[in-house]
Amino acid sequence: MDILLLLIPVSLVLVALIGGAFAWSVKSGQYDDLEGPAHRILADDDGARPPPPSTNGASTSLTGVKPGDRTNA
Amino acid sequence: MASEATFNYKVVRQFAIMTVVWGIVGMLVGVIIAAQLIWPDMTAGIPWLSYGRLRPLHTNAVIFAFGGSALFASSYYCVQRTCQVRLFSDGLAAFTFWGWMAVIVLAAITLPLGMTSSKEYAELEWPIDLLITAVWVSYAVVFFGTIAKRRTPHIYVANWFFGGFILTIALLHLINSAEMPVTLTKSYSAYAGVQDAMVQWWYGHNAVGFFLTAGFLGMMYYFVPKQAGRPIYSYRLSVVHFWALIFTYMWAGPHHLHYTALPDWTQSLGMVFSLILLAPSWGGMINGIMTLSGAWHKLRDDPILKFLIVSLSFYGMSTFEGPMMSIKTVNALSHYTDWTIGHVHSGALGWVAFISIGAVYYMIPRMFGKTEMWSTRLITVHFWVATIGVVLYIAAMWIAGVMQGLMWRATNPDGTLTYAFVESVKATYPFYVIRLVGGVMFLSGMLVMAWNTWRTASGAIAYEAPIPAGAPAHA
Repeated sequence: MDILLLLIPVSLVLVALIGGAFAWSVKSGQYDDLEGPAHRILADDDGARPPPPSTNGASTSLTGVKPGDRTNA
Repeated sequence: MASEATFNYKVVRQFAIMTVVWGIVGMLVGVIIAAQLIWPDMTAGIPWLSYGRLRPLHTNAVIFAFGGSALFASSYYCVQRTCQVRLFSDGLAAFTFWGWMAVIVLAAITLPLGMTSSKEYAELEWPIDLLITAVWVSYAVVFFGTIAKRRTPHIYVANWFFGGFILTIALLHLINSAEMPVTLTKSYSAYAGVQDAMVQWWYGHNAVGFFLTAGFLGMMYYFVPKQAGRPIYSYRLSVVHFWALIFTYMWAGPHHLHYTALPDWTQSLGMVFSLILLAPSWGGMINGIMTLSGAWHKLRDDPILKFLIVSLSFYGMSTFEGPMMSIKTVNALSHYTDWTIGHVHSGALGWVAFISIGAVYYMIPRMFGKTEMWSTRLITVHFWVATIGVVLYIAAMWIAGVMQGLMWRATNPDGTLTYAFVESVKATYPFYVIRLVGGVMFLSGMLVMAWNTWRTASGAIAYEAPIPAGAPAHA
């Protein structure tokens, strides 16, 4: 099983990398707020609306939600 | 207007549409090989259409073409919306689309011609492997580049899942596909014998774990809350889910090699890690489903939500079944039988395809500046046809698999085998017919989806949503 001489070091390097990423995420404050992020993605209104017929619509519809945009329910 | 003021929806739209197209192609090939098991002479002995060549085409098409396109589309959509910036590089993003399509087309040509490295789920020959590497590195650059220039301080949990999936797949591909080219279309693996088997299933199961699980969990953590209009049940649990899964997944592979030349302790190690995985998997499943807690009524009339939530129940089922099948005594019965095929499809159709279909139904209208699909009723039809199809498929394979396992091990009092192998094949015949019916139903659902997508897109203009100005809301 010489292959373990490759696979085990690879796993250890990977675990070290994951550990590093975890340490960074904790230290940089990624998890200081464990409630807000769940709500924040909902505040992002991605309900598409067709641009007005003649003008360039993108700049005129920056904000504002039309009823029923967010879900199809 | 400057392109930096809008999100890059073009590449999302391309991948979302190709998800539907490759879904139909991959599942059609699946239906053909399922029919070949009933009528072995169906394709008149034409070598390019023989079972042994079409089967890898089926697996590659559904995993990498259908599933891959769904992952590209949803990760590009999610990372832009949650980071509130346009993709890092439009050019590289376009390269990932055309490069990935080239990989798929090359697979569809070379596999029927019999060009294969013979490594399961990594059959493509070395020139295609190099192209995959180039596409994947570009994907990583686009994805992590977008994260790096994000306007939100927090990196949403779905992006962690997508990021973990991208990095791990790169590593798995590089190590497993190490090979020595002989000619343009033939290479030999860098490993041999049981070493090769170990690397193969280290890759094979991690492909399940990171391509078919982590990536699609990223999809789940974004699209379930968005479609439900509710925050994920517990954000804290989702973070724990991610790190627990990432830290423990890597060593489940040896459970594919129980009772082989692989050392016994390695097999047992694989079994133990597989059993450990039940915990994070079910944590994630419960987290997703409980998002609807207190709003179950939304399931009643929203078929997209039905797809997303039912996918989670199949995820829960197959992540319970998997660890059970990795137990050596259970595996002694299940291995080499159609039970394994049932298990794979419970995960691939029930979990991966359902969550992808739900996510694509979410994205398609938005890609064309519409608020919803052309027909919600047709989504409901798709949901029920697909659900009945999956249940027929997996129930038939469960029964067939357990029956085969029991027939193979049955012995007479004098120690001789009760059944010849061919008797178990004959007994499986009716279940192959039921499986084909289930597969045809699932494929029909995809055709309904294609029609609905066509009607949604026809006459519509390609849409690029503006990036909300200023600081992101509630940041």
